[in-house]
Amino acid sequence: MAYTAEKTNSPKLDRKALEARIQGWGADLDLALRPAVPKEKAPPSGTGAHWIFPERQTPRYERERSTEHKFLTPVFGTVCPPRGLSGVIRKFAYKYSEGRMAHWLILLFADRVDVAESFVRELFFGRPGNVFSEMGLSAEWKRHGLRSRMGQHRSDVTSRFPKELLLVAGLTLTALQLARLVRNREKERYRYFSDAA
Amino acid sequence: MRAMTYRGPYRVRLENKPTPEIEHPNDAIVRVTRAAICGSDLHLYHGLVPDTRVGMTFGHEFTGVVEEVGPSVQNLKPGDPVLVPFNISCGSCFFCSRELYSNCHNVNPNASAIGGIYGYSHTTGGYDGGQAEYVRVPFADVGPMKIPQGLHEDDALLLTDACPTGYQAAEMGDIKENDTVVVFGAGPIGIFAAKSAWLMGAGRVIVIDHLDYRLEFVRNYAQCETINFTQVDDIVLHLKKITDYLGPDVCIDAVGAEAEGSFLQSLTGIKLKVQAGAATAVYWAINSVRKAGNVSLVGVYGPTFNMVPIGNVLNKGLTIRANQASVKRHLPRLIEHIQAGRLNPKEIITHRVPLEEVSSAYHMFSSKLDNCIKTVLVPSKLAA
Repeated sequence: MAYTAEKTNSPKLDRKALEARIQGWGADLDLALRPAVPKEKAPPSGTGAHWIFPERQTPRYERERSTEHKFLTPVFGTVCPPRGLSGVIRKFAYKYSEGRMAHWLILLFADRVDVAESFVRELFFGRPGNVFSEMGLSAEWKRHGLRSRMGQHRSDVTSRFPKELLLVAGLTLTALQLARLVRNREKERYRYFSDAA
Repeated sequence: MRAMTYRGPYRVRLENKPTPEIEHPNDAIVRVTRAAICGSDLHLYHGLVPDTRVGMTFGHEFTGVVEEVGPSVQNLKPGDPVLVPFNISCGSCFFCSRELYSNCHNVNPNASAIGGIYGYSHTTGGYDGGQAEYVRVPFADVGPMKIPQGLHEDDALLLTDACPTGYQAAEMGDIKENDTVVVFGAGPIGIFAAKSAWLMGAGRVIVIDHLDYRLEFVRNYAQCETINFTQVDDIVLHLKKITDYLGPDVCIDAVGAEAEGSFLQSLTGIKLKVQAGAATAVYWAINSVRKAGNVSLVGVYGPTFNMVPIGNVLNKGLTIRANQASVKRHLPRLIEHIQAGRLNPKEIITHRVPLEEVSSAYHMFSSKLDNCIKTVLVPSKLAA
């Protein structure tokens, strides 16, 4: 029982046994055979690019871009352009650089606004989606929902879910208690003013 | 065409969308024959990735047949079967010219910190993905690779992301002969990372998860040891004990933002979103690896910040390496491994689902039902 110079965190090396047990053991032991060593190197047979700088794609709309880019990149995606209130919020988010929390938090907020807007838009101007079917809940009985969760030592079932329930119950009780306190205080005040009158 | 579309957190559906068109001279339009759901698609599905817009089509792991090419495309022609790496890359910027294709600087106007990825929100460029009948493939002369004769299409599909990402995770761990390697996560990436660790000469490989069926699979597939972290009191201490209190040489985080195992991390990272996902796996990796060891990160996290023990990184003298996989540079060697029988990626596919059932496929994968490890979506014409 002593800390010595010996490497004791692995079993004693037995190359033959490892080669016999694991097909391909050590095939890439030589660093020269590992494709990404060193990390930066010129591609051995080119990248396929036949340009120094790519031709520029024509934007179909005013494309939002990060302030950390010098210019609009020559190629970009064109799906789902910003629209509605969420679009206005997204454009605002792009005024902040990527290093600012505001940029990402505003984008996440815009995502939620987008979901609400799309729901309302479909409700009034299109065919509203079936939320139950969109959530794919049929998998619960087609793919053995209960059996997949029970007796499997799953952390989400055995540990996280009970703790979440406890947290929600705790927060609800605290909120109810606070509401009761406020209501009682209001009643006291009302009684005080009534008595005074 | 029919395509999977995002409707909001935990909601997706199949919709009719306009078929994509050539928008740049080096574009190609690919008819999708197979598209997989990746674990990182679940971060989008759960609404964790900023700038995920309603109507977007996910899917960055797909194979298909070239339908149409732009006027400047030289390496592909209609009818070619292709596998398409998940990275969109120009092939000519500072990063691509150093084979860092996942860091391309010319394809993502929305963020400079990350390159372009198919179907992965506007944070990675706003491109639709391959969980559809057709997809636009920019820089057709750089990204896609014709599927070599004799390579099974399912193997080709897994070469678009999962297999190279697992391999790169092991490679970034700088594994030396007889190293002890611990992989957090027994999903597809973790499975390939474990398998790749042996290729690089590891002496012992241990995979950690909380799903018994995945641990059983990886034990058989990658001949490694496994630990269900719910069955030990303290996984970090347990790893120290089984490595003679030295700690493993290399730890790999193949989990990312939605890790189980710490209520505080899950609450703050997933429910409250005050940090960029639950950093439980990287927390454990840093704390359990031996001093001067290597931590390799391929699990995906958000762009803000996470609660990780950075002081321990300094005090232990750790090397941390991380990146999205640079798929294109790994393909030739990985194809050699497959052809030599050293890797068999298609064995991890557990479910094939018609594209029409995309909603239930996502729910199944997200909730880990039916012993699901890898789900492949197949357009109905091909599924019949």
